[in-house]
Amino acid sequence: MKPFSLIRPASLDEARAAVTAAPEHVLRAGGVDLIDQMKEGLARPSALVELRTVSDAPALRELARDGDGAWSLGALVTLAQLAAASEFGAELAALREAAGSAATPSIRSMATLGGNLLQRPRCWYYRHAELVCLKKGGSHCLAINGDHRYHAILGGGPSWIVHPSTLASALLALDARVELAGAEARALPIAELFVGPKEDATREHRLAPGEILTRVTIPAAAPGQRSAYEAVKEKQSHDWPLAEVAVNVTVESGTIKAARVALGHVAPIPWRAEAAEAALVGQQPSAALIERAAAAATEGAKPLKRNAYKIPLTRGLVRATLHRALEVASPA
Amino acid sequence: MSKRSGITRRGLFRGIGTATLVAGCATPKAPPPEGPAQTPPVTPGVTLGPGPAPLQFELNGQAVTTEVPPSATLLDTLRLRLDATGTKKVCDRGSCGACMVLVDGQPQNSCMTLAHDVAGRKVTTVEGLGAGHDGGQSPLQRAFVERDALQCGFCTPGMLISCTALLARTGGAAPSADAIQDAISGNLCRCGTYPHVVAAVKSAAGGGA
Ligand SMILES: Cc1cc2nc3c(=O)[nH]c(=O)nc-3n(C[C@H](O)[C@H](O)[C@H](O)COP(=O)(O)OP(=O)(O)OC[C@H]3O[C@@H](n4cnc5c(N)ncnc54)[C@H](O)[C@@H]3O)c2cc1C
Ligand code: SF4
Ligand code: FES
Ligand code: FES
Repeated sequence: MKPFSLIRPASLDEARAAVTAAPEHVLRAGGVDLIDQMKEGLARPSALVELRTVSDAPALRELARDGDGAWSLGALVTLAQLAAASEFGAELAALREAAGSAATPSIRSMATLGGNLLQRPRCWYYRHAELVCLKKGGSHCLAINGDHRYHAILGGGPSWIVHPSTLASALLALDARVELAGAEARALPIAELFVGPKEDATREHRLAPGEILTRVTIPAAAPGQRSAYEAVKEKQSHDWPLAEVAVNVTVESGTIKAARVALGHVAPIPWRAEAAEAALVGQQPSAALIERAAAAATEGAKPLKRNAYKIPLTRGLVRATLHRALEVASPA
Repeated sequence: MSKRSGITRRGLFRGIGTATLVAGCATPKAPPPEGPAQTPPVTPGVTLGPGPAPLQFELNGQAVTTEVPPSATLLDTLRLRLDATGTKKVCDRGSCGACMVLVDGQPQNSCMTLAHDVAGRKVTTVEGLGAGHDGGQSPLQRAFVERDALQCGFCTPGMLISCTALLARTGGAAPSADAIQDAISGNLCRCGTYPHVVAAVKSAAGGGA
């Protein structure tokens, strides 16, 4: 790694000032993605600004529910904490399961919620220091005619990355919002945090330079709300998902009142399968309904030459998560 | 490694397998409750580097004073500067677990940790696990030998760290095979010693093999 200084701010304002002081100053949370990028030579900061030394912003470490039942999850909460959050009920099961399935136990105890949402993509062309693709300001995507077995089947082009964040799929299904501290504080629905490649292929999120993600909020659950998450990987640990699905359904008097189906590792942004949601709402849970929703989930998919396998895989995951969340036994 | 075995890719493609899933995936994993991100590592308000800066921490019960730049990882500092080469470097990217050490009792990948992150902390490497035990080996280390839980041995220091932390969490009580598999799910063994590691942990918990 290129030599750098380590800045340890005591306050959020000091942290923001230090990050905005120079373009080569970069915020460090758990550092898992950042140090990886620095070792590869993809990031060459002159200073790392530690978010973990900030002590005047308790929201950064909060994992709490307010009087109305809304959750507040600090940017520095680790994946291990989320995975062990026994206070999450059936409505937040998707988040607990997603956090517990990502990476490995020791990485989960370093990796933070904020850093997980803001990590860079894993496309192997992007991660190679000597290759310059569209994402790094080059002229074209190297994956289209290369080895794109792990790339996007939905919403792809001109870059075909899949968004790397496992927590993002769960939080999208849960209608989360993110809060940002900057020149002015602002809050966004999580879907608006992400930038697709058609808008700008060089970035994945909408934070302005110097903005700090302080926390994620999740609205209070409705009665009868349940969620679930599933992923398929080549290896059961260490590995990145080939596809992942988070669903969030509310059933009232036997009818599905609301449904969110979010797909991960199949699109450049965490992807809402709106056709699947529409198929579910207003209906009574059944295996046949779940089958229709699963088929609708990949509507509009445009696989590349070598990744069409993700279509049946994603449908299978949608089916599996819905069977679990809706408590419908499998016909098989 | 274990909990998600109810789901298979073939089952997903064929549209079956969801029944086992309902039964098999309900239990959440129970990882250690707190990560290092919760504790501010050191005195705030200070800037270190980019050149070498003084660093003090406890290594295997001994106070260590050294000087390394902020860019030095804990792994390189242990191996290259402090001559503690028991901890191994394999991927250097957080993906294999060969470099695991205990930081205040928590397993941590030392290749993704900066040396200055452990200022004032207690670091235990594989060299420190036998301290105070007969023959300089902990019951877990002896069980690894007796149960043939290593082949080339490159993953073993990390395996021992993960399993030592697990036994500390259970207070020495025998963990289930599932709990052991979860605990070592960040330790890659190319020689495939996993079943022997599980057997060794069980026998160590059963009273020193
Ligand atoms: C073996 C392995 C397997 C993995 N598998 C998965 C997986 O299956 N799913 C998955 O999702 N991830 C996986 N990961 C990635 C890992 O989860 C992320 O690298 C980690 O969550 C990043 O969090 P961090 O706190 O370490 O972020 P950092 O590396 O500290 O930060 C990442 C980026 O976000 C910025 N940043 C961080 N926090 C903030 C904030 N609060 N405000 C503004 N900017 C901020 C930083 O400046 C940096 O640019 C895996 C990693 C490894 C090593
Ligand atoms: S998918 Fe995106 S990151 Fe990968 S080569 Fe194409 S443009 Fe680059
Ligand atoms: S060397 Fe650190 S995890 Fe592989
Ligand atoms: S014993 Fe060879 S890598 Fe595990």
